[in-house]
Amino acid sequence: MADALFGRLSVDSLAVLHVFEDATINNMVDSGAAGLVIVGSVAAILVLKVFRLWTPLFRDWLFSVDHKRIGVMYMALALVMLARGVIEGVVMRWNQSAALGGGPLDPDHFGQLFSTHGTIMIFFVAMPFIFGLMNFVVPLQIGARDMAFPVLNQISLALTATGAALLMISLVVGEFTTGGWTAYPPYTGAVFSPGVGPDYWIWAILLSGVGSTLTGLNFAVTIYKERAPGMTLMRMPLFCWTALVTSILVVFALPPLTAAAALQALDRYLDFHFFTNDLGGNMMVYANLFWMFGHPEVYILILPAFGVYSEISATFAAKRLYGYETLVGATLCIAVISFMVWVHHFFTMGQSATINAAFGIATLLIAIPTGVKIYDWMATLNLGRIRMTVPIVYMTGFFFLFVIGGLSGIMLANPSIDFQVHNSLFLVGHFHNVIIPGVLFGILAAIHYWFPKVFGFRLHEGLGKLAAVLWIVGFSVTFFPLYGLGLMGMPRRSASFQDPSYEPLMQVAFYGSLIILLALTTVVLTIVVSIVYRRHLATPLGDPWDGRTLEWWTSAPPPPWNFAVRPQVTGVDAFAAAKERGDVYAPLDHYEPITMPAKTSIGFVVLVTTTLLGFAMVWWLWWLAIVALALLVGAIVVGSFYPPTEITIPADDVAREDRKWRESARQDRGVTRDEEISALNHGRAAPDMVAAE
Amino acid sequence: MGLVLFFAFTASSFAADTLAQPSHTFLSPLGPIAEHQRDHFFRVIAWTSIAILPVFLFTPIILIRYRRSARATYRPHSAYNPKLEVFIWGVPIVIVIALAAQLWTATHRLDPYKPLPGDPVCVQAVGLDWKWLFIFPNEGIATVGELVVPVGRPVAMELTTDTVMQSFRISALAGQIYAMPGMRTALHFKASEEGETRGENTQYNGDGFPEQRFPVRAVPKADWLDWVQAVRESDLSLTDATYARIGIRGDLSTTGKAIGSETDGPIHLSAPSPDLFGRIMARYHTGAALDPSHQPGSDTYDPERSQLPEEPMVMHGAGAAGCGPMEHADHG
Repeated sequence: MADALFGRLSVDSLAVLHVFEDATINNMVDSGAAGLVIVGSVAAILVLKVFRLWTPLFRDWLFSVDHKRIGVMYMALALVMLARGVIEGVVMRWNQSAALGGGPLDPDHFGQLFSTHGTIMIFFVAMPFIFGLMNFVVPLQIGARDMAFPVLNQISLALTATGAALLMISLVVGEFTTGGWTAYPPYTGAVFSPGVGPDYWIWAILLSGVGSTLTGLNFAVTIYKERAPGMTLMRMPLFCWTALVTSILVVFALPPLTAAAALQALDRYLDFHFFTNDLGGNMMVYANLFWMFGHPEVYILILPAFGVYSEISATFAAKRLYGYETLVGATLCIAVISFMVWVHHFFTMGQSATINAAFGIATLLIAIPTGVKIYDWMATLNLGRIRMTVPIVYMTGFFFLFVIGGLSGIMLANPSIDFQVHNSLFLVGHFHNVIIPGVLFGILAAIHYWFPKVFGFRLHEGLGKLAAVLWIVGFSVTFFPLYGLGLMGMPRRSASFQDPSYEPLMQVAFYGSLIILLALTTVVLTIVVSIVYRRHLATPLGDPWDGRTLEWWTSAPPPPWNFAVRPQVTGVDAFAAAKERGDVYAPLDHYEPITMPAKTSIGFVVLVTTTLLGFAMVWWLWWLAIVALALLVGAIVVGSFYPPTEITIPADDVAREDRKWRESARQDRGVTRDEEISALNHGRAAPDMVAAE
Repeated sequence: MGLVLFFAFTASSFAADTLAQPSHTFLSPLGPIAEHQRDHFFRVIAWTSIAILPVFLFTPIILIRYRRSARATYRPHSAYNPKLEVFIWGVPIVIVIALAAQLWTATHRLDPYKPLPGDPVCVQAVGLDWKWLFIFPNEGIATVGELVVPVGRPVAMELTTDTVMQSFRISALAGQIYAMPGMRTALHFKASEEGETRGENTQYNGDGFPEQRFPVRAVPKADWLDWVQAVRESDLSLTDATYARIGIRGDLSTTGKAIGSETDGPIHLSAPSPDLFGRIMARYHTGAALDPSHQPGSDTYDPERSQLPEEPMVMHGAGAAGCGPMEHADHG
């Protein structure tokens, strides 16, 4: 069956050609998407060539181990994948809006769409966004020079990119699974899904899963070991706390997923029977393993977003965060309970009422610390001086929308309600209702908040607000109808339906998805316009929002070593405290040489070889798999003998850069918060009014 | 705003349902189980609203009152307030305790495995791609693509599949339960009034997934007996060979053609092979690997080659015809 040279690969596998064989609407969408990937890749290569960006791309980015650049690359990857995920969502909404009695897309194509959409949004949008954010912010917030393991960090990014690359390749060569992002066997087993689809899922998840686990370890060690002098755990900014807890969750939650995917690979490739119908296989084991990962995963994504809301509420209310200890405690509570609720993803599998009730009540318990957090952020805003900036617009949307997601979550936690709405569009409404206003709004707020630190200029405020409002409206119009449809009984993942009463709400949801597409376009437009007007928006002095934490106490963008001299920390909100004490830009007398990790190409080698490995395994190109694996191992062995691994920056160079920044800051008159979004804001905060206390 | 929208959509779907009679759903139920589930649903909304209304109320107040230009009282160092703390933790805790108590009782009361009082009609449901086979062992009949139950008599259903995992749901009568190959799950429900509704598989299982639904009719007892008699007189009988052809992947009309049914609609079958349900489960417990050509639902399935074992699977706690009391997650 399998050719020694080409494995399962044939000309038929090329999706872009399907439209020429049979020009149906379905094939136009299919081949069009494949064509778009090819055209996009060629265009990217041409742009790099024309603007002579090949050398800078490799030298400054792909070979860099700087946590800030790795963070930016994670975010860029996530943004590209977000565009694909949103477009897929719109296509699905379009299909369903016209699906009474049969939609324009083939059922199989629709199956691939919901499977790629889910896989991409969780593993290649939300995760890289969160990891990118943590990469950029955490070392700066704890006053570190870089991650504990910078090269490992580069390799983790490479493995994540490999997974994303396999997803993109599946659009062009072959097909993706129709088994959903959860890939439940036995449907995804070799008997029922003999094609390459489930294998693309397996290898994308296995390879990127290893990268995520390594990232979790890296952050946990970095936060434990690399904090600035004086920064005890209870003086860390809240974002760092959430990053720490997320890292711990990653370390414990990813292995069950990796194991489940590996066992599925053994079933499919070597005829094992872990999850098959026959010979003692049991899909219930898979469901348990998957959700032992899947539930903590929800908190892996949302805790850092909660960290973002903690940071922005304090900064834009110009006030200390309310209930720091409470928020830390609530975060830890959520982390612990998140491992005790996984059965609520399958209350309907036939276990006893007592087991269901126990897991249902454990799920309700999570509502306590989560509710506490929302009240705490409201208490932070209370008695503050609130500026209604873009992050606060997102946060307001989050408050209103997220609690509705919480309400539907409480409903689903009740087994007796879940029996009715499980597997329906009500569930789809619920998880989008927590992930979009919770995670995605948090990320978009964070991008707006930290962008001036990353690139040295602010994002356009007006366009940013427009995007935020469009997201809030688009989300509401798209996903609230799904609650109604779910209650009316419409199952999720339906390519078509027969009940005419579904049609009106389906069409509303489709128009909503167009607003979301517009919102995403506005986000991209905001970035483009801001790049054009970057001089007008420049904040090189590094503190555009009158920030409270250490990352604002350095230039924007920060030097590769982050801080010329690592700051001494004496309490929470270290930078705000220092500003109250006096001149934070006073000249320093003494500088020391700084040792930094050297650039390396190992991450790039890992990206290329593991992508080849995954592709080879999917298509049964055994020779290529062996070659790729040999290259990977060889490169790691050879690389370990290849000096230098560190470079030392002379004290004079450090001093020159640092003096320049301090001197400019002292000469700038600074702006009060009233001039925050004007061209006068160069990133130095003038002392603001302090009210009568 | 969001909450208003949410309730508006819930209400509109409710209205749409009421208008679209006689198709009953979860929100306009036909029987006591779904009715209790609906009541529980609205109770949970009411309780949870106590915790979320403060967010809707106070967020705008705080944002307006403490906006920068308002120059209201400003306490930049205020970070803790013991009285507020009691409220912040107290409200969610009290509500969760109240919800947890209700969750516990409702979950036990509405346990799908709990038999309902009365003399039950026993139905064995077998999930196939993309239809359900219903066997009435005590009546000696079977149907594909239709379920008719008598009003006022409880239904004791046991379920399995002969392909991938599926999930069986009749919203207007009961919630859903998974059906899994080689395993048996249970669902108990009762129709308390006459009416029509729809049942379906909610677990994605391939191209024909959206077609895997069927009309459900609750009819008076006398009409039901007439219906049983009519099905019993059907020319088609559910032999092993017929069952093997029903297993071919396809929707109702494909299946009808495969077994020589004269109508496009529901298929009525008489005289099911004895122990068919137990033997379908036993297919996966022979101690030997199952060739894909013997596996209904696979691409290479061949009904001429596929054979069920002679002996049904021995099950714990099984009463007459397997519809007696049953233990949870019973898989042999």
